[in-house]
Amino acid sequence: MSTSTETIEQLATREYKYGFFTEVETETIPKGLNEDVIRLISDKKQEPEWLLQWRLRAYRMWLTMKEPTWHNVKYDPINYQDIVYYSAPKKKTALNSLDEVDPEVKATFDKLGIPIEEQKMLAGVAVDAVFDSVSVATTFRERLASVGIIFCSFSEAVREHPDLVKKYLGSVVPYTDNFFATLNSAVFSDGSFVYIPKGVRCPMELSTYFRINARDTGQFERTLIIADEGSYVSYLEGCTAPMRDENQLHAAVVELVALDNATIKYSTIQNWYPGDKDGKGGIYNFVTKRGICAGYSSKITWTQVETGSAITWKYPSCILQGDHSIGEFYSVATTNNWQQADTGTKMIHMGKHSRSTIVSKGISAGHGQNTYRGLVRIGKNATGARNYSQCDSMLIGDKCGAHTFPYLEIKNTSARVEHEASTSKIGEDQIFYCRQRGLSTEDAVNMIVSGFCKEVFRELPMEFAVEAQKLLSVSLEGSVG
Amino acid sequence: MLDIKNLQVTAEGKQILRGIDLHVDQGEVHAIMGPNGSGKSTLARVLAGHPEYEVTAGQVLYEGRDLLEMDPDERAREGLFMAFQYPVEIAGVNNAYFLKAAINAQRKHQGLPELDAVEFMQLVAERSKALDIDKGMLSRAVNEGFSGGEKKRNEIFQMSLLEPKLAILDETDSGLDIDALKIVANGVNAMRSPERAMIVVTHYQRLLNYIVPDYVHVLSAGRIVRSGGKELALELESKGYGWIEAGAEPVQA
Repeated sequence: MSTSTETIEQLATREYKYGFFTEVETETIPKGLNEDVIRLISDKKQEPEWLLQWRLRAYRMWLTMKEPTWHNVKYDPINYQDIVYYSAPKKKTALNSLDEVDPEVKATFDKLGIPIEEQKMLAGVAVDAVFDSVSVATTFRERLASVGIIFCSFSEAVREHPDLVKKYLGSVVPYTDNFFATLNSAVFSDGSFVYIPKGVRCPMELSTYFRINARDTGQFERTLIIADEGSYVSYLEGCTAPMRDENQLHAAVVELVALDNATIKYSTIQNWYPGDKDGKGGIYNFVTKRGICAGYSSKITWTQVETGSAITWKYPSCILQGDHSIGEFYSVATTNNWQQADTGTKMIHMGKHSRSTIVSKGISAGHGQNTYRGLVRIGKNATGARNYSQCDSMLIGDKCGAHTFPYLEIKNTSARVEHEASTSKIGEDQIFYCRQRGLSTEDAVNMIVSGFCKEVFRELPMEFAVEAQKLLSVSLEGSVG
Repeated sequence: MLDIKNLQVTAEGKQILRGIDLHVDQGEVHAIMGPNGSGKSTLARVLAGHPEYEVTAGQVLYEGRDLLEMDPDERAREGLFMAFQYPVEIAGVNNAYFLKAAINAQRKHQGLPELDAVEFMQLVAERSKALDIDKGMLSRAVNEGFSGGEKKRNEIFQMSLLEPKLAILDETDSGLDIDALKIVANGVNAMRSPERAMIVVTHYQRLLNYIVPDYVHVLSAGRIVRSGGKELALELESKGYGWIEAGAEPVQA
């Protein structure tokens, strides 16, 4: 019908609403990567010698590595000498309070709906805000500190809690891990650090908000979360970037450590700039995320809603080392226009009676290509291990693609592994049915897609489930014609 | 209420309706009968605004407005309801949630306050009994895993909640056993009123024993070839569609 086509076209031309750029005075080093650049970054952060040496070992290793090509995504070669590895908003002295944050930077986070002034905060969420290469503000620190929780930028953790950092940095994702993680290990600039002491249940959601602002800058943050015995934490990360014609690289590393009976819930709402409708620009999101369930009955849950980036390459994984430990992965990945996603998880079962659940929902629209890639490995000692995997794909239109690559490696005969997969097409008939009941096309698509993603959304903390649903509807706008 | 003039429709380049004229007033129940492929479901779906059809000629006025210019969802919000022959399944979307969204879309359009969860559940409790709708059907996903009878009951249940001005029932009797047919027919009859018009599309006369129409129209090869009162349906039942088609030929030629 002509009228509905018009609405769809209007929706399709709506722009990425986080695509603005903030004029802020920055301290930026020249493009390019060599040992001097690494020394410079380390020096700017006043790091101890051991960390500099760790970075240099990573860098030397990286020089010998090749960029992976096994993934199902295509892109022009990245020129690693054409990237700025450090950019930070200029500030006169070290920040003593949130009031000293650059007003422009503060305004940026306000505009993104991430107020970093505590009195304006969503009740019950503490935020660490990372702008380009550095963390600019962390809220609710005192309240958290009163129960012994450490929540600060990675740089601060290096200075103030060096023993913890030294003990756990690289313990889950070693600097030798893979091309992008190794690069990150060499050049990471900041990120968040969390430590939850024994038996403490973190009283609020912790959240880090990443913003790439500067041009030609790569963002290489590193997050380390340690949940000591019997503790619990729920952590959320969000990300956005300005709209630019060139691609920008984001290569982060996240390491989670859950000790005996500890639980970490890590949720991501990834909304990096996806590129325009012709596939120009957008973030290359090459991220390594891994957690270790190190002790008895440790539990890690990864929940991700991936709507942004030109390319998404990430496999949040769990090493289930402890007996009766639990790993979960819930994912919604959407690709619209020319976006590509190759995402999934690895569940490495080592402990007896370890259990894992994988629920992956891929939505492809436009020319989007969506790949699920997952590994379930049951080690020979993992008696009684169980895995359940469910991979569903939804196609909107006929120019997009969905691909599923499940890998199973089972070395213990007592294991039980189930895998289910489905592919469906969002039907004109479904949309018509909803419209016949009075719902607009947009509401109909949102309802159908949310229905499809329900099992994942219900894993998100309440406030963010709503945000995720909205984000999803924005990213799929204009996809039905 | 509804005035169809010389409606001609194609789908994928093939002509299906070849000039339909039909006038429906408030309070009337019209039955559209005809053999398979005669275009009766097409007529229902075109009135509801299904995008796979192209109207090549003719006009449809609904309450004096050009129906064909309205989007399907606008038609619905203006009180046009179609009970689907094959109700669509929507995985993961709770049936009650879907119904509430539909009711509130309509209420918003009418400038009425939206129903909250409590008001909605009261309305549901009141309307669900007559159609034998149990709680399970409300909490499941829309039409997912519903039996054929449950799907059709759910359609009529939606109709009873949305209280349309013009209800179009597209082969609501297909796939129903006699008990389910009675439940559905009772639900429909309970909604007959001097303000509401209904168009009942059916292949079989059987449904019309329960939903007694004021007028019967017989469709053949995209045209209404005969119109009459409820007795026409009985005549058709005893003589078969061959009788109409044979008789219709000279008209078409």
